[in-house]
Amino acid sequence: MTQPLVQVENLKMHFPIKGGILGKTIGSVKAVDGISFSIKKGETLGLVGESGCGKSTTGRMILRLLEPSEGSIYFEGKDLTKLSTNEMRKTRSEIQMVFQDPFASLNPRHTIGKILEEPLIVHGVKSKQERKQRVQKLLEVVGLSSYHASRYPHQFSGGQRQRIGIARALAINPKLIIADEPVSALDVSIQSQVLNLLQDLQKEYGLTYLFIAHDLGVVRHISDRVGVMYLGQLVEISESEDLYQNPLHPYTQALLSAVPIPDVTYKQERVILQGEVPSPVNPPKGCPFHTRCPKAMEQCSHKRPELKEQKQGHHVACHLYD
Amino acid sequence: MESPIIEVNSLQTSFQTDDGEVPVVNSISFHINRGEVLGIVGESGCGKSVTSLSIMGLVPANTSKVQGQIRFKGENLATASEARMRKIRGNEIAMIFQEPMTSLNPLFTIGEQLTESLRIHRKWNKKQARARAIEMMKLVGLGRAESLMDEYPHQLSGGMRQRVMIAMAMICEPELLIADEPTTALDVTIQAQILELMKKLNQETKTAIMMITHDLGVVAEMCQRMVVMYAGKIVEEGDVSAIFQNPKHPYTVGLIQSVPDMREKKERLYSIPGQVPKPGSQKLGCPFAPRCSHVMDRCLSEAPPLQLFNNGQKVRCWLYEDGKGADIYDAAISSS
Repeated sequence: MTQPLVQVENLKMHFPIKGGILGKTIGSVKAVDGISFSIKKGETLGLVGESGCGKSTTGRMILRLLEPSEGSIYFEGKDLTKLSTNEMRKTRSEIQMVFQDPFASLNPRHTIGKILEEPLIVHGVKSKQERKQRVQKLLEVVGLSSYHASRYPHQFSGGQRQRIGIARALAINPKLIIADEPVSALDVSIQSQVLNLLQDLQKEYGLTYLFIAHDLGVVRHISDRVGVMYLGQLVEISESEDLYQNPLHPYTQALLSAVPIPDVTYKQERVILQGEVPSPVNPPKGCPFHTRCPKAMEQCSHKRPELKEQKQGHHVACHLYD
Repeated sequence: MESPIIEVNSLQTSFQTDDGEVPVVNSISFHINRGEVLGIVGESGCGKSVTSLSIMGLVPANTSKVQGQIRFKGENLATASEARMRKIRGNEIAMIFQEPMTSLNPLFTIGEQLTESLRIHRKWNKKQARARAIEMMKLVGLGRAESLMDEYPHQLSGGMRQRVMIAMAMICEPELLIADEPTTALDVTIQAQILELMKKLNQETKTAIMMITHDLGVVAEMCQRMVVMYAGKIVEEGDVSAIFQNPKHPYTVGLIQSVPDMREKKERLYSIPGQVPKPGSQKLGCPFAPRCSHVMDRCLSEAPPLQLFNNGQKVRCWLYEDGKGADIYDAAISSS
């Protein structure tokens, strides 16, 4: 078996809560609480879950924009958590990010040319001529024109800005792109344009994606494999076809059934979950989902289920399948 | 036949800009029957929110102009006085806004905000209003209603705030509820709870709902009839089942095709090229013509009228002149 491009092991992110007169740590927000997964070269791993489940935190930790509290992240065999700041900066040329909000992630005072040139300068493309050519190439690749380089972000629509965000991520030929909700701020007809662009670029440049989103339809469309997160834990991960057709975890089942389907002839059995996601400051003991789970058993409230392989490539963390 | 609860006739709302007066809603007409759920679908900037604000009389009077008729139970709201509107708002027509985070006042308790409309419209005393508010909160599924009454909005989660918004809108038993993207800011499992709740309220209280959304899944699930808007105009109108099975306008076809289906994976998504035009940028012809794959010469010079079909479906497109026209939806499916 070939080595995966990214291997995440027991990754945790606990944000401290400071309090009291002396500002001591009085607790922690367990945003990500021990997750492990791997991403193969050239594939798209989708990460889904509701707000606050830790999916964005996971993406940011891989880039070390957030320092993990525990665990390791292997990128091409080397542990990113052990690299110095300088070494990490160099490695970031191989891992890039596309952000959610195309209105907030581009500097309004810089022209598009400058925005796209910056990663090239940081990562050592010395010749000005070369940089200029690269910027023009990038704009064409994402479906814009070279004359757009002299314009400012406010002159573009949401979909075009997201294209610029993608061009910036591509500027220095990364191997892995972490896309954090790249289409959720876009209209349906623009969303499909950007999704198609991401797929085309993947084919052309052999990119690997970690695609973080809450829209289950979008994730199914773009992902080869999908991981489902709940309250900082990975509850299920599998090939995307298998996950959508045959979800094993009760949370995944509820999540999939909750999505309204744009088809009037389609009638679905809906599992309506009661209540809301508990606070990650004080997550339930045992299985994080047992407080809302329609199939909860006695042992779920004290024993945390391990992520185990049920079928070929289909892992689930649930006591129902012990 | 019963008369509709609201009838909008050639409504035109324009805003004063540097480039002169720009119509954002351009002569639209539709109606909502009593107890019906009507979906209004479209992308950002197509004028769906401005339509609802015009009905509520909430567009700023100094920079905008509302023309046409908005007949609510026979009364024209477009010309109604501010004092009259204040009596209607929150009482006979209520609105749920998109952002549960910003549409509650952070300085007042949930109880104060919930009882306000009962105290103003019904002149109830504090005790009566409080009892009714608690009853309403239980109805929308807020468990510990009594203690929530004295809490502030920041102490509640997004789903809870949206439930408070719904309780607030429903408390005076309005005859028309305008819901502007009520679930867009919420997670899917919470969205499912809220939609279920709105459906229940619609069935039990017979409140008509105008559901503004960009999510076709929500429309398929909630609404009986729908209106599709593009660049300030209605391009298609009809029964939800008719439109989903046989959309006629190329824009509606494209929109339905663009949504990734959760049930099966397509190799490639259909996408409509180009982008939504800026309001006021186009004067002649069909506003969708620059992005349309069926565009003809005529589309660029003449704006198409709304064509009526036998099943009540209405389409604004030259493809269907004289009620003819190829089935572009089937063709689109087989080519994708």
